[in-house]
Amino acid sequence: MSLNLTLTREDIVRLCERVEGAQRRAYAIPKLTDEYPSMTIDDGYAVQHELRRRYIARGARLTGWKAGLTSRAKMLQMGVHVPSIGFLLADMARPENSAIKTSDMVHPRVECEVAFVTKKTLKGPNCTRQEVLEATDYVLPAVEIIDSRFSGFKFDLPSVIADNGSSARYVAGGRARYAADIDLRTLGVVMEKNGEIIAVGASAAVLGHPAEAIAMLVNILAEQGEQLAAGSFVMSGGITEAIPVKPGDSIIARFQELGSVSMRFIE
Amino acid sequence: MDEIKIKHYGDELYQAWLTRSTVAPLLAREPDITIEDAYQIQLRMIERRVAAGETIVGKKIGVTSKPVQDFLGVYQPDFGQLTSGMVYQEGEDIDLSQLIQPKAEAELAFVLKADLIGPGITAMDVIRATDYVAPCFEIVDSRITDWKIKIQDTVADNASCGVYVIGNTRGDPRLLDITLAGMVLEKNGELHSTAAGAAVQGSPANAVAWLANTLGVLGIPFRAGEVILSGSQSVLVPVVDGDVLECTVGGLGSCRVKFTGRSAV
Repeated sequence: MSLNLTLTREDIVRLCERVEGAQRRAYAIPKLTDEYPSMTIDDGYAVQHELRRRYIARGARLTGWKAGLTSRAKMLQMGVHVPSIGFLLADMARPENSAIKTSDMVHPRVECEVAFVTKKTLKGPNCTRQEVLEATDYVLPAVEIIDSRFSGFKFDLPSVIADNGSSARYVAGGRARYAADIDLRTLGVVMEKNGEIIAVGASAAVLGHPAEAIAMLVNILAEQGEQLAAGSFVMSGGITEAIPVKPGDSIIARFQELGSVSMRFIE
Repeated sequence: MDEIKIKHYGDELYQAWLTRSTVAPLLAREPDITIEDAYQIQLRMIERRVAAGETIVGKKIGVTSKPVQDFLGVYQPDFGQLTSGMVYQEGEDIDLSQLIQPKAEAELAFVLKADLIGPGITAMDVIRATDYVAPCFEIVDSRITDWKIKIQDTVADNASCGVYVIGNTRGDPRLLDITLAGMVLEKNGELHSTAAGAAVQGSPANAVAWLANTLGVLGIPFRAGEVILSGSQSVLVPVVDGDVLECTVGGLGSCRVKFTGRSAV
């Protein structure tokens, strides 16, 4: 499969440096398509690939991947028809019930997700929900802290992909379960901020079934010539809308069958 | 509000229901009407239906979600009475020609095995007194023109109740997490929306406890065998001829309904 690339190698490096600077020093930048209006989704993944290469070259460990824009509401909001993916590094992980700094993020938001941990390599194209379930070691609840580096959280698909799908931090925890022991389609989720319910949903909000999002992610990886390694931690996308957080906020995400995940935010 | 007016508006809403027509908002005509007055009007409307041969089979709880409470500017639920003429069995098509301007809501229904006499009822008492829970659809309808309702209008109009269907799947609330149970609503085979039990007053059991306590104060009986529709966990879904809705409650099961015919509006 040939990729639709419009950026030169020089452009890719330049944009990668711009995104990396914004990520590492927590400042907002205009979306990349302002300067490169013909930028494609594949261009976005090329920038993301360069970003991953640089982080790993400096010693970061790849822990897994995330699917983003996987709910119909979010896709409609963004005017896109395909979800996106991003990579996860060990230094993005935060322990359950920890205090998470916000001063090193631009405008963080939290979303509840079902996460999968794999035990077999998954390869696309044509990866299916069933293959995902067979390759899953266990599932667990997670909260993803997203943080677009674009001003006003306003972006388009090529820009958000270049910004690694707005990945910033993640907290996994709760109760691990075998996928076969629960109905992954109908899990209810309640998110509370400072003791008040701010979002509710069920896992079908993610492409009808969270394992569909993982299959989609594997197929996007295949388009970029990659596969999902055994032992990967993969977040399937927000079930609830993304909720902004600030220092002093406390978040609890409660999942049917999977327990809860909590954290608080500090300066 | 005096008894003559209460009877007048109760009869007016009964006639509107009987003839599938709508009336102007009550509050627009009677700016001083209170919520208590509105419940008296509701009782009159229901009295007329019972006099015409129906029986009381349960209660419905409305205005339970934050978006609806924000919309009406009222921060407590309301209730209406369920009568025998509102009942559909799962598998029967719902005849829209019996309704005016219907919208569907996915809910969790409770069936009591013991009386729940408030005040003083807590959510634990609700679980103790519950025979079973089931997924259900309430088809709300309004006898008020264009759904232009304030809280007094909907209370007087029997909490905008139309008809309802209880799913055949039954569950024991002691074996089910009714607060965190997911709610998946599909329309014509496609995902429509999702929610969880907590969307209703933090837990559907809280809504039923509120109802028991409110009925206790008003002296309205709340008996074993009654059905309670605990409040919508979904947005309101307008329905037309041929539509099929299915709601699935995580860990419990689903309820499926098909609609036929044309509603009055």
